[in-house]
Amino acid sequence: MALLEVRNLTMKFGSLVACNDVSFDVEKGSVVGLIGPNGAGKTTLFNCVSGFYKPTSGKLFFDGRDVTNLPAYEVARLGAVRTFQVVRPLKEMTVLDNVLVGAFLRGADNETAHSVAEECLSLCRLEDKSGNLAGGLPIGYKKRLEMARALATGPTLLMLDEAMAGLTSTEIKEALEIIKGLRERGITLLVVEHIMEAIMSVADKVVVLDGGEKIAEGTPRDIVEDERVIKAYLGAKFTERLKRTGEVTKNG
Amino acid sequence: MNTTRKMSRKDLFWLGLLAFFAVIPLTPWFSHSSFAQHVMIQVLLYSSMAQAWNILGGYCGQTSFGHSVFFGIGAYGTGMAVVKFGLIPWPGILAGAVIAAMVAVAISYPCFKLKGHYFAIATFAIVEIFNRLFMVWYWVGGAIGLDYGFTEPGWKNFVWYQSKVGYFYGVLLLFVLVFGIVRWIEKHRFGFYLRAVREGQETAESLGVNSTRVKLSAMALSAFLAALCGAFFAQYNYRVDPPMVMSLDMSMKFVLITILGGLGTFYGPLLGAALLIPLQEYTRAYLGGIGGGVDLIIFGLLIVVVVVYQPRGIMGILDRIVNRIRRSEGGGK
Repeated sequence: MALLEVRNLTMKFGSLVACNDVSFDVEKGSVVGLIGPNGAGKTTLFNCVSGFYKPTSGKLFFDGRDVTNLPAYEVARLGAVRTFQVVRPLKEMTVLDNVLVGAFLRGADNETAHSVAEECLSLCRLEDKSGNLAGGLPIGYKKRLEMARALATGPTLLMLDEAMAGLTSTEIKEALEIIKGLRERGITLLVVEHIMEAIMSVADKVVVLDGGEKIAEGTPRDIVEDERVIKAYLGAKFTERLKRTGEVTKNG
Repeated sequence: MNTTRKMSRKDLFWLGLLAFFAVIPLTPWFSHSSFAQHVMIQVLLYSSMAQAWNILGGYCGQTSFGHSVFFGIGAYGTGMAVVKFGLIPWPGILAGAVIAAMVAVAISYPCFKLKGHYFAIATFAIVEIFNRLFMVWYWVGGAIGLDYGFTEPGWKNFVWYQSKVGYFYGVLLLFVLVFGIVRWIEKHRFGFYLRAVREGQETAESLGVNSTRVKLSAMALSAFLAALCGAFFAQYNYRVDPPMVMSLDMSMKFVLITILGGLGTFYGPLLGAALLIPLQEYTRAYLGGIGGGVDLIIFGLLIVVVVVYQPRGIMGILDRIVNRIRRSEGGGK
């Protein structure tokens, strides 16, 4: 049984079908990438899985439990925690306090929460910013704060919504290191990402959405050779480049 | 190491402040002037009220203009116990506070479905509803209200006639209770959740925080403490009637004192009350003759000036000064 099972998920906003009959699994311990052009329905899917939207139809199972209609905080308590594409720092609170809010999920004890928070801060390389107000951080730090805060809740499934968008290449490398570190700790990851080289190098499986529908699912190597994916999203030139750099072969 | 030293310095300041209040009645300034006693009692009462409001309005970011309702229910709780049932006030004080908390939860459950300004507007209406309701509810005295008869002065009946020292220590206890609770909250999970809900409800939810429950708990606690303040107010004035307690005027005091002092800060409510209440009482005493409302004019101007200059209130101004001093010290080295 997979950790997360998405079954025939459909989400409509009026006449707009943002997600249409999407099904896939996220296996325990794996890193699953969710890609697709703008407007493909990736963030909508995320919002459904994390309990922020109630899907129009379809089912969601997390750890064997039906979580389709649970509110967001319940989903988070069960261990499926998400970050936001548009960062949402708790602005008037310090970086440490932001992460503490997450850390308190697994117990009210102050000392434990502090030690969890500090561990997550150092894992996301934010320890020297812990006393700063979150609202004043540069974007790269804010992205990592999103991650640290979600991580502090002790998730089994961490859902990152474009955690690397808008970062410099050095910052992307750092973020990838962090993601690899998370996987080594046994955390399952569902990652929405636009930066293909990044996602291809860490993902075990990639799910491709286009126009709200799933058009492909498979290993990164299969995905870059899939005709529909190339046509809808990657483009032929990109596929060539990706093959040449050999990023795919590592996992493929 | 550094943080523990910092925290103990804060603790020392707090204990020093309490010691200062505890010995005030021994000073000749206090004991010779019943007016000074009145002003001090008012300062402690209004700062407790503002702090009770601050839990919901400051820390949790939910602006309520309905707190005079809970204040009023507290006042009526003790008033009914004493006047109607001929009891000592204490069971009435407790019952009033519990009822106020329950009413607060019942009212705010639907109101919290409204976001931002709409919540504030809804709470406005509630004050009017309760004011009218108590005006025509004859069992609780209607428009005439409840007037205390003579009872034996002392702690048992919580009334004093000759000196106000008893009231002063009574309100000091209330102050310690309300401020003590907020101090505890600030350092614990509930305090973090309050601020998280204020800063971003959806973000808080994404981290497993049940924001509705946090807001309802904040509301219940805030209303409970506001009701205790109302009970003191009734005991202090030996009477209660609807316009005295359940009015927008009274609601505004909860809000404005906190804004003036500094929203969501620990000492803000005390600073706001310490500035505003003496101003109100002294202008009323010395300028009252030229027509009512002078205190309100100054009150209004002060709010405008402070909010324009520093939206974080007096606490914000103090922070700015402290930072400037620190920086100039750092530059001098």
